[in-house]
This record gives sequence, C-alpha cells and structure tokens, in this order.
Amino acid sequence: MEDVAIRAQALTKWFGQGEAKMCAVRDVSFEARFHEMLYIVGPSGSGKTTLLSIISGILRPDAGTVSVEDTDVWTLKENALAEFRLNKIGFVFQDYHLFPNLTTAENVAIPLVLKKRDWNEAIREAMKYLEVVGLAARAKLPPTRLSGGEQQRVAIARALASGPDLMIFDEPTASLDGDTGRKIVEFVKHDVLTDHRCIVVVTHDDRIYEFADRILHMEDGRLLDGKGGADA
Amino acid sequence: MRLDAIPSRATRTVRFIGQHRAPARALQSKVGIVPGILRIAYKLLVNDKGKFAALLMGLTFSVFLMIQMTSMFAGMMKKASATVMNTGAKVWVMDRSVTNMSSAVPMPDYVLDVVRSIDGVKYAVPLYSGVGLVRLKSGMYQPVTVLGLDDTSLYGRPNLIEGNIEDIFAENGFVVVKDEEYVKLENPKMGTEFELNDNRSVIVGIAKVPASGLFGIPTLYTTYNRAVQYIPSMRYTMSFVLIEPQSPAAIPHIREEVARLGYETVTEQGFIDKITTWYMFHTGMGVNLLLMTAISFVVGLSISGQTFYTFVLENLEKFGALKAIGAKGRELVAMIFFQAGITGIAGYGLGIGLCAGLIALAKLRVPDYASIVTYQNLVMALGMVLVISAISGYIAVRKVLRIDPYDIFRG
Repeated sequence: MEDVAIRAQALTKWFGQGEAKMCAVRDVSFEARFHEMLYIVGPSGSGKTTLLSIISGILRPDAGTVSVEDTDVWTLKENALAEFRLNKIGFVFQDYHLFPNLTTAENVAIPLVLKKRDWNEAIREAMKYLEVVGLAARAKLPPTRLSGGEQQRVAIARALASGPDLMIFDEPTASLDGDTGRKIVEFVKHDVLTDHRCIVVVTHDDRIYEFADRILHMEDGRLLDGKGGADA
Repeated sequence: MRLDAIPSRATRTVRFIGQHRAPARALQSKVGIVPGILRIAYKLLVNDKGKFAALLMGLTFSVFLMIQMTSMFAGMMKKASATVMNTGAKVWVMDRSVTNMSSAVPMPDYVLDVVRSIDGVKYAVPLYSGVGLVRLKSGMYQPVTVLGLDDTSLYGRPNLIEGNIEDIFAENGFVVVKDEEYVKLENPKMGTEFELNDNRSVIVGIAKVPASGLFGIPTLYTTYNRAVQYIPSMRYTMSFVLIEPQSPAAIPHIREEVARLGYETVTEQGFIDKITTWYMFHTGMGVNLLLMTAISFVVGLSISGQTFYTFVLENLEKFGALKAIGAKGRELVAMIFFQAGITGIAGYGLGIGLCAGLIALAKLRVPDYASIVTYQNLVMALGMVLVISAISGYIAVRKVLRIDPYDIFRG
C-alpha cells in the first residue's frame, strides 16, 4: 500500500466578495504520510485552520484537489462526504466540543453511534478508548467535571473511536498549561500515532514542535516550505 | 491499555458478520436513522433540566388551557342536553324555532294525533317541559324545571332510588331528581310537601338521572296533565312529541310527514347536535371557546418555539461538531424533531393530568361544575400539540441545517 495519507494539490480558498475578497489559502500543495505527525504552523490568520478544514472534508476549496488515502475528497456528494468524515477523519477541536449533558463515555461513543452501532456495544467500546487515554474511571462523569487536560483526552478518545486514518488536531494545547499540553502531545505521539494513521496538528505553540515529524510553515495563505515542508 | 489492544476495523467487521439484531437493524435500514442517535437526542434534552422544565411548563400550560376550555364547553353541552339524554326518546318532534330544551314552543294536540297515524311510528307520546316556582317550607322561592310525562305510559320516566313510579298518579304527586341541585329544594324526603305555583305538591319518589341540567335549577317529574294544570301556559301546551319508530329506516319517512305539518323531526343525537350548534354559534360561547383555544395554542407555540429555539441555539456548536464528525443532515433533523416530539408528548400528558386533577378538585367543591374531558378534546389537543412541536422543530431544524462545521474550527 502506498504510504501517502494525504495528497493536497494547488489548494486555493477565497473568502468575501468585491473589495473585501481575500485569499485564505493560496496554491497550497503538500503530502503527508502514514505514521507521520505533521504540524502546520504559522501566525494567526495565516490560513492554517482553513487548510485543515479543506483537507478534512469540511470546507470546499475554490481550486485544487485533496486525496485522503486515494479518496478524492471533494468529488464526494454531501452524504458520502459525511460518511468519509465519520470513517476516515478523527477531529480534536480546539474547544473540544464535548456534550456537557452526556457522560464522558457517551461522548466518546458518539462516532460509534453515528456508525449505527448498538448503544450498549458503543458504550462498551467507548470504555476501551477511555482506558487508552487513562480515563476509564471517569466514564460516568459529565465532561464539565473533568479538568482541561482530561477533557482533551476525552476528545482524543472520541476521535479515536471512529477508527480514523487521519487525525486532525486544532490547536491541541491552546487551552492547556504548558506541562499538560506537552504530556497530551507526547501521549498522542506515542500512543495514538500508528502505522496506518497520519496526524495533522495545527498549532502555533513552539513548545510542542519537538514532537513533530515534519513541520509546514504557513503565512498569508502560502506554504513557506514549498511542497515538502521541513523535517522537524 | 494501548490502542493495539482494541480490535482493528477489519477484525471488528468480521465480528459483526452473523450477528442478528433484527428489529433495530431493520429500523435502521428502513429509515436510515440510528436509534442510538435518538437516545443521544433524548439525553441532551432531558439532561438540560432548566430548559426541559421551561419547555414542559409552556406546553403543559398550553395543553391545560386547551383541554380546560374545551372540557368546560363539553360539560356545558352535556348539561344543556341533559333532558334529551335523560328522556331517552329516539325521535323528537318540535316546532321549527326550537333551539334547545328551554326554548320549547307549545304545539297543538292534533300534531300528536297526526304523528301517531304516520306509517313507521310504533308509538308517540307528548312531553311537557316548563319552569315553575316552588315555595319551600323555609318560605324561600326556588325555580324548578317541571317535566310532564305521558299519563298513560310515563314514557321517559327516570329511574327511582326511592318510591314507586305509580305513585306519580297520586294526588299532587311529584318525583324529585336527586342531583347536584337537589339541595336547593332543602333536601326533600318522601312525603315532603311544598307549593308549586301556589298548588300543593308532594314528593312521592326520588330519582337519579344520568345528567343534570345547565341552569342550576332542580328538576321535578309529574304527569303531563298535572304539569299543564300547575304551570301557566298559552293556548297550546305540548312541548315535544316523543316517537318510538318501528325501525331506524322509518325515520326519514316520519320526518317528511311531520315536515308537511310545518314541524321538525330530529333524532336524539340530532337534537343534541342542534343544541350544541345553537350554543356554539348563537350565544358567543363558541367564539369565546375558539378564542381561548387559539390563545392557548399561541401561548404554547410561543413558549415552546422560543424555548426550543434557544435550546438549539445554545447547542448549535455541538450540532456543528456532530456534523463535522460525520452526522448527516437527516440524522440531525431526526434528533431535533424527536426532541420536539418528546417534549410535546410529555407536556401533553402533564397538561391532561393537571386539567383532570383540577376538574376533580373543582367537582369536590362544586358538584355542579360543568367540565368533561372527552376523547374529542384529547384528540384535538394532541393534534395542536403535535402542530406546536412540528413548528418548533421546524424553526430549530432550519437553524441547525444551516450550521457550517467550518465555524466550529473557526471558534
């Protein structure tokens, strides 16, 4: 099997109209491989999050193509795109977006439920992922009773539950103190990154750069490192 | 535990082959909606206790008002038709201008003779209905409804709980109905004497009837001739002719023949409907009922719609996250309508319970309280609650379907 997980070619995205029109992502091409932890870094407004949204099948580009494991993402219809995100992508949002009215285990079980798994079976499996992130004992608590680091772990468990090939981390350390942030990313690097998984992290926290396999620098919607990016 | 300990997707697929969760899977394949997603929707709803309570309160109040208003109307209509139901005659003949029991227009005696001669009439008897004034032992006056039954057959007589019906033929004999109004006659007993329009009268029987009247006055039964004799009347005296047809098929012919005389024939249900129609469209009760029901609907819709919309707005990011994770539009729609439906049904049940409880409580204090919860009321309220839920859900769905998961990333 080819080890290219993501192949992005000439991605361009414009926002706004008329004089307010601006280019968020401009002719961006890159590849990411399985078993690779790829960082996209750059200042605020450089287009990192827009690029992340395009490659994860959330935001349609104005030009260019994205293939994830040989699936041409933007040729998919709406429902197929939702299926693609459910089966191939694991999201860890900056604000976690956990449901405060569900227990931790139920939050983790959401992708499994969306995959039409029986409820009890989904909860049982969610427990296994909570064990992976070391939070099995907190399974019955609502996320609001957990610390920031623990909530981040729950979000990781939820992302893992869909069995994704590509995991997307949006500013994973933004809401955490330095030590906790490092521990989380270290955990991701050692326990989440597998041979058949690629992890893309958007961040501007240079304290966690050491965990990257490769770093792409963005500024004004362009990749500064050309196509390949720099090895960390 | 490391990730390696969790079976890979390939292994999981193998494990699921051969499993038969027939009903749940069948539901999934038919409607494409996962029962689990509805469970999540349910938990999201009920675990947000404040919002759920506000939603329930709004709908409960709305259902309570709707049921209460329509029940009062049903109760009043039952009371307004009490004599028709208590008499039990299948067919009634009356003047065309009669709108309800209290507006009886006396008919000449020949009408009875003609009716008796119509083919298909098994038998026909006269009924007198009028209002008299009773002077009680205490010296107080009390209006009463007096029903005069056919002297030969006593057709339409009530069931006695005390006394013997033949005693009604005794001198000045009257049967009193023991209903909510009974106390207004100072709880008469067998043999109690009183004056009816200055005529001496005696209680010879105490009766029970299925329904008591609307106007809150006691009812006395006597013979037709005595009623006519005691109550001042015009030249004609017969209020109604009661008919027992040979078969229901004979009724149209009887109706035609009676119409030739210039009078009207209605069935028992027809008379009840006629009374209801009159109260509904000629007394202002119908407009009031409609207004109150409409107000209840609007109150319910605004509280429910507003609260549900706020609930969805507060969870908009979460719905966006679900969409980003891979939830399809139809799954989000199902979640929202399920939440709206659950709230509607729960509010409906609570509203009915509250209304039934308050009616029961009111009847303890005011036995004559006219309110009945009927199946029609329940079905109507259910329909309106479902409309409220559907509109609330629709407003919320429009918002949720417009969420762009990209906004979740942008924060």
